[in-house]
Amino acid sequence: MSEVMLPRRQLIARAGGLVAAAGALPLLAGCDAINDAPAVRKILSMGEEMNLASQRALIDRNALAREFSRADLSPYFRPNGTRLPAGAAYAAHAASGFADWRVKVTGLVARPLSLSLADIRAMPQRTQITRHDCVEGWSAIGQWTGPQLSDILAAAGVKDRARYIVFRCADRLGDALYYESCDMVDALHPQTIMAWALNDKILPIANGAPLRLRIERQLGYKHAKYVNAIEAVASLDQIGAGKGGYWEDRIDYEWYAGI
Amino acid sequence: MERTGIMAEAETPVAPPQPAPVRVYRHRLPARIWHWVNAVTLLILLMSGLMIFNAHPRLYWGEYGANFDRAWLVIGSTPDSGYLRVGDWRINTTGVLGRWTDAQGAEKTWAFPGWATIPTSYSLADGRRWHLLFAWLLSTGLTLYMLWTLIGGHLRKDLHIRRAEWSPRHIWHDVKAHARLRFPRGEAAARYGILQKLSYIGVIFVALPLMIATGLTMSPGMNAAWPWLLDVFGGRQSARSIHFITAWALVAFFLVHIAMVLLAGPINEVRSMVTGWFRLPPEREEGA
Repeated sequence: MSEVMLPRRQLIARAGGLVAAAGALPLLAGCDAINDAPAVRKILSMGEEMNLASQRALIDRNALAREFSRADLSPYFRPNGTRLPAGAAYAAHAASGFADWRVKVTGLVARPLSLSLADIRAMPQRTQITRHDCVEGWSAIGQWTGPQLSDILAAAGVKDRARYIVFRCADRLGDALYYESCDMVDALHPQTIMAWALNDKILPIANGAPLRLRIERQLGYKHAKYVNAIEAVASLDQIGAGKGGYWEDRIDYEWYAGI
Repeated sequence: MERTGIMAEAETPVAPPQPAPVRVYRHRLPARIWHWVNAVTLLILLMSGLMIFNAHPRLYWGEYGANFDRAWLVIGSTPDSGYLRVGDWRINTTGVLGRWTDAQGAEKTWAFPGWATIPTSYSLADGRRWHLLFAWLLSTGLTLYMLWTLIGGHLRKDLHIRRAEWSPRHIWHDVKAHARLRFPRGEAAARYGILQKLSYIGVIFVALPLMIATGLTMSPGMNAAWPWLLDVFGGRQSARSIHFITAWALVAFFLVHIAMVLLAGPINEVRSMVTGWFRLPPEREEGA
């Protein structure tokens, strides 16, 4: 009789557990062993190489991400990842309205720079209403304002040897500060900007204040927030574990996130 | 004993000698290869796709859509149950969707359960790796297969729907035959029926291209290259919704396909998709 009293969902859950115990368990474990095998990881990563090669071949260097009108804006732009960087240093910056925030431009450059927000805002600005696509699947449309990264890199005199631009961030996630990188095609793209305003307002902390990257032809995790250093490098080998980004190094997200 | 029973019912008093089964070469090699490569590819794409869906188990219409926007489909969980909501319709799915117990007995609140996803425990990164590699296999295979159906005559000879077949009477006749599980025998079994033709054409020329096109529409890189894709599907989140719906339409095709194979004689059917040779079922003696 007590069986009859069990809520149906409990019964279903029990039945599911029995099925799993009976036969599925070794099968599922086998599937995961395949997923983790080094040779399989290598084959799987071919997909990213094919996507990068084909998209680079197919997409014009300067082809623009679609720009929208103000009527298309998401009612609320969902923040993701770090929403408030921990630590006294960031809190002090936030309290002073980021008056002493500096963005260092270093690495393979002729003239290393240390830019204040006033310097950033004094440069020619680009405003664009674009769609932000999170790797998770959601999208939000927002209006971003800031100087083009290409102008900043030109001011610093990036050397020809530089092949990648690395972005260093002030937010610590677990064991490390966030970092990301892109190649020169995306770094010099007209819509790649260092944004300090969202929807005509000073960039909120949750969205990456005081300065974040917009790299419109790639997924959200590439759009580094809380940026305090921009570094030109010839190789990503010495950056983190060598895959070019925080999530790339830790959970094997693709470095090229154009799809 | 049973044999004599059948013979007694037959109209001709003398049973004709059992003819050797007529074998026809029904599936050419490219069709067989594509069939089996696709079977594996689509299974991997479905299961890795469900993993990717688990990262954000909500679907929207239009260009944008995130947690604060209205979703038309949600798989979610409450503290003690799992549910599927479509529009305003909501059903408890505890144990299967939204809240389920994994192989180790731990309760999970991801949308699709571990037995349905690649890998079994949550990893968006790995799900994407599998999905985006096998998407290449699907699109390359489909492109080659489409070319072969055109050049090799498969489309003209086997899939082309003739004028007479379009008649409602003919279609209705085939629907009734399927519903009664009366499959063609003899020479007729060597050719596809109208419903078969329609479903194969639907899969090869509608559903699979739609999966690839909506998949590409979710790529921000491809949006820059081909912004018209966004207009075709009504925005990125609409494309994501269509991608999800079409995936389940393919699952429905698969279920009917398997059911038909089982009902029509699984050994003969599977063997013909391996060796190419199909044994024609003998004509019915009762003439029905």
